[in-house]
Amino acid sequence: MNKFSKCLATAGIASILGISTVASADTDLTMYYPVAVGGSLTKIVDGMIEDFESKNPDINVDAIYAGNYNDARVKALAALQSGQPAQLSVMFSIDIHALRNLDAIVAFDDVVSTDAERKWLNSFYPALMENGKADGKTWGVPFQRSTIVMYYNKDMFRAAGLDPEKPPTTWAEFAEMGKKLVKKDSSGNVEQWGAMIPSTGYPYWMFGALTKQNSEVLMNQAGTETYFDKPGVIEALEYWQDLGNKHAIMPSGVIEWGTLRQNFLDGKTAIMWHSTGNLTTVKNKASFDFGVAKLPGNTELGSPTGGGNFYIFKKSSAEEKAAALKLVKFMTSPEQAAHWSKATGYMGVGPGAYETDTLKAYVKEFPPAAVARDQLTHATAELSTHEAGRVRKFLDDAIQAALTGQMSAKEAMTDAQKQATSTLRRYQ
Amino acid sequence: MLKNRPHQHCVATSKSLGPVQPAPITEFIMLKHFNLKAWLLLLPALSLLIAFTHWPTIKSFWRSVTWARSDAAPAKFVGLENYEILLEDPVFWTVLENNFWYALGTVPTSIALAIMMALWVNSKIRFTGLLRLAFFTPTILPMITVANIWLFFYSPNIGLFNQLLAMIGITGPNWLGDPDIALSSLMIMTVWKEAGFFMIFYLAALQTLSPELFDAAKVEGASAWRMFRKITFPLLMPTTLFVLINALLNAFKLVDHLFILTKGGPNNASNLLLYYIYETAFSFLDSYYAATLTVIMLLILAITALVQMLLIDRKIHYR
Repeated sequence: MNKFSKCLATAGIASILGISTVASADTDLTMYYPVAVGGSLTKIVDGMIEDFESKNPDINVDAIYAGNYNDARVKALAALQSGQPAQLSVMFSIDIHALRNLDAIVAFDDVVSTDAERKWLNSFYPALMENGKADGKTWGVPFQRSTIVMYYNKDMFRAAGLDPEKPPTTWAEFAEMGKKLVKKDSSGNVEQWGAMIPSTGYPYWMFGALTKQNSEVLMNQAGTETYFDKPGVIEALEYWQDLGNKHAIMPSGVIEWGTLRQNFLDGKTAIMWHSTGNLTTVKNKASFDFGVAKLPGNTELGSPTGGGNFYIFKKSSAEEKAAALKLVKFMTSPEQAAHWSKATGYMGVGPGAYETDTLKAYVKEFPPAAVARDQLTHATAELSTHEAGRVRKFLDDAIQAALTGQMSAKEAMTDAQKQATSTLRRYQ
Repeated sequence: MLKNRPHQHCVATSKSLGPVQPAPITEFIMLKHFNLKAWLLLLPALSLLIAFTHWPTIKSFWRSVTWARSDAAPAKFVGLENYEILLEDPVFWTVLENNFWYALGTVPTSIALAIMMALWVNSKIRFTGLLRLAFFTPTILPMITVANIWLFFYSPNIGLFNQLLAMIGITGPNWLGDPDIALSSLMIMTVWKEAGFFMIFYLAALQTLSPELFDAAKVEGASAWRMFRKITFPLLMPTTLFVLINALLNAFKLVDHLFILTKGGPNNASNLLLYYIYETAFSFLDSYYAATLTVIMLLILAITALVQMLLIDRKIHYR
């Protein structure tokens, strides 16, 4: 039931009973949330919100779908600045520094009051908390969180004479197997690619995986320094270039994030690297036998975490903050997290979720559902700095310049590092 | 309008009062009365214009000469510092250049196509209704919808274009992923989307042209091309000016498709000025630099409109 009809119903009942005062002690919450992978995720969120409202009749939640991560931040901040109420939102986990610089959010440590609530704040996977912490406090609570995983077409593995239960685990294997998976027609045109790693939308995120696999990170925890021009980082970009040029297992140039899943489902590529948030859609739509595996590594395995956290806005009353906390606790509780994970493919945010009957049964029946969680031990934080939008764009542009052959990996990364350093100088 | 008012006022008084010399006080009250009424009539439109156009423009100018560390801190006057940063910003020059090519690529093509389509659907052939509808359909669709459809048309492996090319044995390009052709791909879509809209204006104009001119030309034995060049095209000039201004403004104003298709990439190859302003304001959260870019954009638009009005307007025959 939406807010308006609820108000009407409340007003109706109040007038029948002859109560002259209008207000019951209801708390109204407005929340913005993003969806980055498409599909029917909005329905799932709406369903969870309805569930919450039926259990907490004194809290009304207006959950507003606000586009992708960027749009959600824009809309939530615009609403705040224009004085419209918004008490909490799901936003990009890496927006933390920007939101703090704007003085828009409060730390959860300052909102929780009971021991039970403090315990809840410590119930999440530590790897998922990395992007939510700053200055020793927790500002973002994990909700729709993901890692990058490798989806592969088992039928194509079989057709190429590869063992479908042994996906590549190293960079060398990835290139070797990829070559076997490329299929060309009689005139030499590629009909089926070995692999695709998307390089639009969120190139820095995919690159975070490659650098972690080469035992490098892209920035420090405080978000004041970047390491784009380290030799290991440049090497990672060179490997990405090689996949398209030297090994020719990927189309050279830029690969579109938005259409990649369709490419995989249509059998145009045997392997794709993509967010776990696609898992349930791929499961429902794939007409072939597919597998999900951890990403391969060079010196180690690795993937950045990704996705959205809950934030509570500063501009809200104490009651509203308490109600918002209640909602966040509900949405991240093991049962709801398990339901969310099963419905979408995003991971259960704490160990508790995987101990619920829902996820236990689901993982047993469909083992890929646990890959994202298993990969967490190799996970690193997603690129998050001060002036995040700008720094991210320096890196995105550099990656695209290298992949399209406009610059060498070294030139592109040295350039990006120089720009990032000068942008971040004010924050050091 | 404003210039006309005193004149109208004089006419009104002389008519109503005849040769009698009006008393100064009556004159004053009537003038005031008349003015008040005019201002009241203007008020709704004026207040909207001031609130949503003029005031934000002034604020943008002010913001472009100030700077603060974050939106929470108070802004201080920095003079032309933001403009100095702008001159050294390579992305700014890239988007400016891109916008130039984008305008040059889309505006004349859209106009030429629009005239051709209008001439065609204005001729006496069968099914003109259906044809007009077909040409107009792209205009009805929202840009975002169109972009989402074209994203899949352009997709290198599963996309319509490359599958069609593959049928005749050509490996199609990576339409949106290749920095050399990403901008052209955007242009093609824009022309497809815009031409139908401009066709409507030309169609309306064509139907007002007097058939006697053409009959006379036929009697003189003029060829179809000569009739077009000497009669139709010159008479369409007012429409062309209108369409030209609109098309040029759209080349700067319409960036909805960038959000879906390329996000300005790869490496800013298809980035346009307005999209860069959006990125600066909402992704980089730098409203001061965004204001600086906005001022540049306003200047470009104002200059373009002025040049068009002053130069081209003189060569047009209005009837």
